[in-house]
Amino acid sequence: MKTASRLKVDQRDAKLVMAHFYVAFISLAIGGMAGLLQVLVRSGLFELPAGIGYYQLLTLHGVVLALVLTTYFIMGFQIAAVSRTSGTLTAVQRKLGWTGFIIMTIGTAMAAIMILLNEASVLYTFYAPLQAHAVFYLGLAFVIVGSWFGSAVILLKYRQWRKENNKAVSPLLTFMAVVNSIMWIVATIGVAATVLLQLLPWSLGLVETINVGVSRTLFWYFGHPLVYFWLLPAYMAWYVIIPKIIGAKIFSDSLARFSFILFLLFSIPVGFHHQLMEPGIDATWKFLQVVLTFIVIIPSLMTAFSLFATFEGYGRSQGAKGLFGWLKKLPWKDARFVVPFIGMVAFIPGGAGGIINASNQMNQVVHNTIWVTGHFHLTVATTVLLTFFGISYWLVPHLTGRILTKEMNNLAITQGVLWFVGMTIMSGAMHAAGLLGAPRRSSFSEYGGSSVAADWIPYQVAQGIGGSILFLSIILMLYIFINLAFFSPKGEQDFPVGEAGHEAEKTPKVFENWKIWIGITVALILFAYTIPFIDLIQNAPPGSKGYKLW
Amino acid sequence: MHMHKFEKLWLIFGVASLLVFLSVLGVSAFHHGHHASSWSELIDPEKVDETEPFDEPGLKKVEGKDWDYELVFVASAFSYQPNEVQIPLGSTVKIIATTKDVIHGFQIPGSNINMMLEPGYVSEYIATLNQAGEFLVLCNEYCGAGHHLMTSKIEVIES
Repeated sequence: MKTASRLKVDQRDAKLVMAHFYVAFISLAIGGMAGLLQVLVRSGLFELPAGIGYYQLLTLHGVVLALVLTTYFIMGFQIAAVSRTSGTLTAVQRKLGWTGFIIMTIGTAMAAIMILLNEASVLYTFYAPLQAHAVFYLGLAFVIVGSWFGSAVILLKYRQWRKENNKAVSPLLTFMAVVNSIMWIVATIGVAATVLLQLLPWSLGLVETINVGVSRTLFWYFGHPLVYFWLLPAYMAWYVIIPKIIGAKIFSDSLARFSFILFLLFSIPVGFHHQLMEPGIDATWKFLQVVLTFIVIIPSLMTAFSLFATFEGYGRSQGAKGLFGWLKKLPWKDARFVVPFIGMVAFIPGGAGGIINASNQMNQVVHNTIWVTGHFHLTVATTVLLTFFGISYWLVPHLTGRILTKEMNNLAITQGVLWFVGMTIMSGAMHAAGLLGAPRRSSFSEYGGSSVAADWIPYQVAQGIGGSILFLSIILMLYIFINLAFFSPKGEQDFPVGEAGHEAEKTPKVFENWKIWIGITVALILFAYTIPFIDLIQNAPPGSKGYKLW
Repeated sequence: MHMHKFEKLWLIFGVASLLVFLSVLGVSAFHHGHHASSWSELIDPEKVDETEPFDEPGLKKVEGKDWDYELVFVASAFSYQPNEVQIPLGSTVKIIATTKDVIHGFQIPGSNINMMLEPGYVSEYIATLNQAGEFLVLCNEYCGAGHHLMTSKIEVIES
């Protein structure tokens, strides 16, 4: 791994990465503010000032956090990871990166303006036949296409590295970024298809009606791999970076690659588990995708094992005794470890909740209740986001030539703990109210004085309290980000990259045989989707015209 | 590729649990018939009011079927037809519902009745009502500005 030992991300690449991070953290500020207002409205104790709609705010919250913050952070992080482990980008690659950034940003601005003008209050899932302004869909198309440029940077750098190193086994972080980029490209074809071929012509009035079933199926073909696109960069940090931070070795390079390949294969042909309650899709095909959904749990089990094996192995090497003595040896005063660790812990209830959601008919109990909102605020909004924050705490100063001071480190730990407290209250109350039947994506309502709805209100007040604590944590995060970007003392902050242990065996070459992996990925998608998809087209009802009901 | 003995044990335990979960779901779905609503009967969303049985929303007694009543609902922004209905306790009811405009939800909190209503499709679910009292029907899929005000009421009464 000679070439992998370049220790610093080149300044020119760093600028590109930081550009992505600025957009990501501005999104955090806007989306966090929207989230705070939402929980306050839903507590029943607060009303929005005239002119702002609850669902307009909800659309803003979903789009800027779930789509913009995540995509920009991930694109930035992956470019940094590849630049650090496979070498500085070429001028052409960097230019491609900037082109992608500009296209995405134009798209984001278009979508944001339409949301602010109340022309696109369709939520971030934009289900037809609710019809937003054409500029909103066009903006989304720009974001997707822009992200393909960013993904191309990763793939081109990888190909170059392999060529220059006689097809040696690639650096682990680069390999992982490649897997996530391939998955992203394969998955976004679905959402690009519905946006460009269905929603855009329909909103422009070129066609009068839309096939709703096809549009939803294309969306969810993308919508589930989307959550793995968020998760895999967190796993990159857990597998490769966290071991280095605590002073340990990577548990197994081969198993890490194997789990990423499993994610590539099984993240995509599973979208029906978001459509279990809907007509037009045969129950057998739904069940088949439920089975495939369960297979994608296996690499997460592998990840959990590797992590805790790394932690325990490290603790014991430091002389820890007893069953859990190794826990005490972990660096509990290092924000780079503690903040992502809170994220890991959140993934235990988060993952278990996900298994419940995907459990076919069991989904009837929780589908579209606020339980689901509670679920993904544990997974994406805690596990993934706290890992991203944990990455920012060393990556931002690394890129800006500054350091994470002790003071900022302690503030960062406070940020993580506040998040844990706020999310436990908010997500806990959401899970509980959801089991009692409270719907998600709904403004405050007494449902005509219904007694069952009255039982939900105390939980909604609790969500308001938890959400307010989370907002404080966001303010802290933004303060630390600004400090690390502009004001922290100059210095050298390390970009930690772990290495496999000496006893580890050679990584099998088959992991880089993309013909096999992409081939199986496509075969699984065709197997899971072809027949039900043809059915949705052939046995389609008359199409739907557009509605603007907000 | 070498795998640690403990990791093998952990994965065997994990995969075995998943297989048990899936078997339970599979037997419940395919043997006991506990499927979520997956009907694929079609309807012209523009002509719901003229199409049977949606031309007469509400409760209808039926004979010679596995269920005692058919309960027909038509959803549109932001209400259900009927907006209130009474059903005798202990009866088995087939709920038949569709939407005239955008996607709506059909959920009865405190029960397993939860399905999506999509334009062009008829959604159906068979349930036995063995608890007396008032039940709220609500829309749980965002449908516009009045989404959270979209409700109906089912009263299960002892006859």
